Amino acid sequence: MTDPIAGRPGGPSLRQRRQRAAFWFLAPMLFALLCVAAWPLARTIWFSFTNTTLSNLYGGEWIGFDNYLSMRTLSSGRVVWRGTLVDPAWWNAVWNTVRFSLISVGFETVLGLIVALVLNAEFKGRALVRAAILIPWAIPTIVSAKMWAWMLNDQFGILNDILLRLGLIGEKIAWTASTETAMTAVLIVDIWKTTPFMALLILAGLQMVPRDIYEAARLDGIHPVRVFFRVTLPLIKPALMVAVIFRMLDALRIFDLIYVLTPNSSATKTMSVISRENMIDFDKFAYGAAQSTLLFAIIAVFVSAYIWLGRVDLGGEGSK
Amino acid sequence: MTRHKLLKRIGFYALVAVIVVFSVFPFYYAVVTSFASGTALFRVNYLPSGFDLRNYQAVLGSRNFLYSIGNSLIIATATVGLSLFLGVTASYALARVRFRGRGLLLMTILAVSMFPQIAVLAGLFELVRFLGIFNTHWAMILSYTIFTLPFTVWVLTTFMRDLPVEIEEAAIVDGASPWIIITRVFLPLLWPAMVTTGLLAFIGAWNEFLFALTFTSTESMRTVPVAIGLLSGASEQEIPWGPIMAASVIVTVPLIVLVLIFQRKIVAGLTAGGVKG
Repeated sequence: MTDPIAGRPGGPSLRQRRQRAAFWFLAPMLFALLCVAAWPLARTIWFSFTNTTLSNLYGGEWIGFDNYLSMRTLSSGRVVWRGTLVDPAWWNAVWNTVRFSLISVGFETVLGLIVALVLNAEFKGRALVRAAILIPWAIPTIVSAKMWAWMLNDQFGILNDILLRLGLIGEKIAWTASTETAMTAVLIVDIWKTTPFMALLILAGLQMVPRDIYEAARLDGIHPVRVFFRVTLPLIKPALMVAVIFRMLDALRIFDLIYVLTPNSSATKTMSVISRENMIDFDKFAYGAAQSTLLFAIIAVFVSAYIWLGRVDLGGEGSK
Repeated sequence: MTRHKLLKRIGFYALVAVIVVFSVFPFYYAVVTSFASGTALFRVNYLPSGFDLRNYQAVLGSRNFLYSIGNSLIIATATVGLSLFLGVTASYALARVRFRGRGLLLMTILAVSMFPQIAVLAGLFELVRFLGIFNTHWAMILSYTIFTLPFTVWVLTTFMRDLPVEIEEAAIVDGASPWIIITRVFLPLLWPAMVTTGLLAFIGAWNEFLFALTFTSTESMRTVPVAIGLLSGASEQEIPWGPIMAASVIVTVPLIVLVLIFQRKIVAGLTAGGVKG
């Protein structure tokens, strides 16, 4: 880190001049982020308290928490609750999102760990394997959704063909269309696509572990599995925690894969999908805004809790 | 003992083979499908069955798909250029100058990159309409900044923080202004990092779907992911799988080539940024 070299007598010190320059260097970037992030977020939250529609963006009136929850007593004395918080479609989406995130990130962590351990070993063709696992990562999500939609096709799909030949299934499965298997289909594609990312992040952590630790353990005759759980895992835990939080955040906001792979399937609709649907397709702009505000709040709470409980050092600032 | 070792080795290579096949097979199968047409498309072929270019002719003969490629190229390039320009100066300030609240600022920037994009969609929609840029390239260039800019700043900052103090000292002693220091001292050193972040930002912008879907309304303005995502036939039975696979191969091959060429740099950038491209 550069520390100020003594300032000249009289004028502003070097440190002051540098700080002033730093401000002007930061200003354009901060202004850009204010325009594309802070302001739209604030507007979304504001919209969620109004009855704005897509066709009349400026005609919305303040209606308080009605998009979230409202209570009305009918003349018959019956009480009617309305709003997102009593909308079964919303809770279905919440459940889908949570289920999807936990299962996909769980599998990706375990598989990513295995792939990373393989790549961390020295063997012939390691560079080739490393290149191969980058391919799913490089393919655009929409393209992978389409590629897998074709492979998972009920009539002509290769996956049904393989499973039939192996005798694992009795008849062809409509992977993306049937409500029982739609979530599995989405999970397969997501795990395929993002395990490489997980593996690379974990591999970076593994490469920090000094090799002589393994050497010492081997000389002492300690079983490799024991070494893994007692030595390797605790040492890569920080890298693992960071990788998991990044993947969790990505999984909680998933939109594109589900929109393309299983359109309109209530078995896979996530919070992002249902918010956009209400906002743009169903002309319930403010209602959708309320749902996306809730998603934002859920993610914010989750991240804060995770960082606080796990003492995750995201920036690597602690070591500096 | 040797037998045990042999078994272990076989097991290990079997695992390696599974990983490679699982990673590569879907793309391989898309390539195989893209060269099949007519009835060959509806037989399950594990090996290439022919070399039929009709799907590619169909895709490249469609004016809208060519427009989509053009749109994606323009949008991704402009987004990367904007992010790098704003990112270099900002990350110099964040990495090399001490000031109060720097840590907090860095965390805020990181938090922005992790925003659920749906949370800003309503507000951005209003902004895009207000600026009159709905259904133009600008709508995407503006909105993609929300994930490319924080990522660029973050990676460049970690990179610049690790450069030694000495390289700057001589310039400071000579009385060089911060702007001169950035352009003359840091920029030449930053090229490798800029190539990495630029490439990752490009991939991110190239692949984005939600904003592109929401902020375009005509077929000729669609980006590549939207064009492919919405490519469909008259009914469920008529989905044009052949052309879809051909289009997928066309837009994916350049990415795969780039990623394989810049493999090491990309891995380094990913682990520094920890952000999915």
